Amino acid sequence: MIAIVDYGVGNLFSLRSSLAAIGADVTVTSDKHILEQADQILLPGVGAFGDAAQKLRSTGLDAVLKEQAALGKPLLGICLGMQLLFEKSYEYGEHYGLGLIPGAVRPIADVIPGDYKIPHIGWNALKIQQESPLLSHIQQGDHVYFVHSYYAADCDDAVIATAEYGSDLTAAVAYKNVYGCQFHPEKSGTVGLNILKAFAEMKEGAPW
Amino acid sequence: MITKRIIPCLDVKNGRVVKGVNFEGLQDVSSPVSLAKYYSENGADELVFYDITASSDGRKLFTDILCETARSVFIPLTVGGGINTVEDFDRVLKCGADKVSVNSGAIRNPDLVYQAAKLYGDQCVVLSADIKRVDGVYRVFAKGGRENTGMEAISWIRRCVDNGAGEVVVNSIDTDGVKQGFDIEMLEAVCNAVSVPVIASGGAGKIQDFITLFQRLPKVDAGLAASIFHFGEVAISDLKAQMAKANIPTRL
Repeated sequence: MIAIVDYGVGNLFSLRSSLAAIGADVTVTSDKHILEQADQILLPGVGAFGDAAQKLRSTGLDAVLKEQAALGKPLLGICLGMQLLFEKSYEYGEHYGLGLIPGAVRPIADVIPGDYKIPHIGWNALKIQQESPLLSHIQQGDHVYFVHSYYAADCDDAVIATAEYGSDLTAAVAYKNVYGCQFHPEKSGTVGLNILKAFAEMKEGAPW
Repeated sequence: MITKRIIPCLDVKNGRVVKGVNFEGLQDVSSPVSLAKYYSENGADELVFYDITASSDGRKLFTDILCETARSVFIPLTVGGGINTVEDFDRVLKCGADKVSVNSGAIRNPDLVYQAAKLYGDQCVVLSADIKRVDGVYRVFAKGGRENTGMEAISWIRRCVDNGAGEVVVNSIDTDGVKQGFDIEMLEAVCNAVSVPVIASGGAGKIQDFITLFQRLPKVDAGLAASIFHFGEVAISDLKAQMAKANIPTRL
């Protein structure tokens, strides 16, 4: 069973529907015990980093996610959910994340030319940088749907795919059994469903 | 590289897709759910569902259809029509919409864009403007293009973007339904005024109209059309193959 973490951030309708479409057994939950029983955990998120990180801490879900990740359970963060996996973010100040992946979240304005529009919104091609189980069902150059103004930086070793937008922006990351997609697989057509499918097939890895 | 988006628009009334020429003479086309699925499988980059129902029964039917679509179509969905309050945003976002487009609702209550952007983020709020030249000035029209608000269009759009609109759909009433191409002049004026994505609407009649749009105005992010897709005059797969051939960044 895949558990989608419900911590009051964003709308989970599409994510739940897309997992149902690939035949996954999916539960939306904020219950610690269900997260412990899940085979994989999916951390969604839309909105501001600071608010979302605060919600994870105030609900105690931050500790559950760190504990489950350290046990080797596959964890996938999507969009803001991916950014929350990092140590910190510089979105409106400086905020601490889960610290599961070394690196920081910075404004894309720092690295793209001034005439590029922000947010980076639309379909962009993935440049696969490293082989990863998460990308096992997709191909170099497949397009996925992005909507974001911040990107994961200082995490070169974890970057498994980038997207070119005046600069190579981090599109997907992997660190041990922890994965992240900056784009929205649940809005990326067949390619996105294939990424979710690869995640749904993942088995528990080695404890940290 | 970010690709230029092709967006079919489905005008939905009483649970069916309709499309008018110059907003009048509506014709029934097809089932929204099956049409949405078809487009998503054939290369559409995004879908717009436009609710042109006036009754509350029709509104309920619309949200049911939206939910049903979002359960089986996994590309971005934008919803417009009848969006007057943040509660309306909530209603359609819960049914799987990713973005919500406001038109008359923002004209009646200019604070709506700001309120919605604050609650759901700029990326969620799309300003849709129906624009027509009146004595050489771009004017914003309300009520499906029937009523001249007297507002100058470029300053209106700029104001909404300042308030948090994350994208702008420019629908030229002058070219809509005429099928002689997009309103490049009007679109250029908007592109030069704002830094958020601009979606061209109104006037597409053939593949070359999209090619001309993206070649003459590379700043435009997307092209939107309805009847030419619904009636099969332009197949999205052919359109995108031609765009790729013309070196326009495209998701094939």
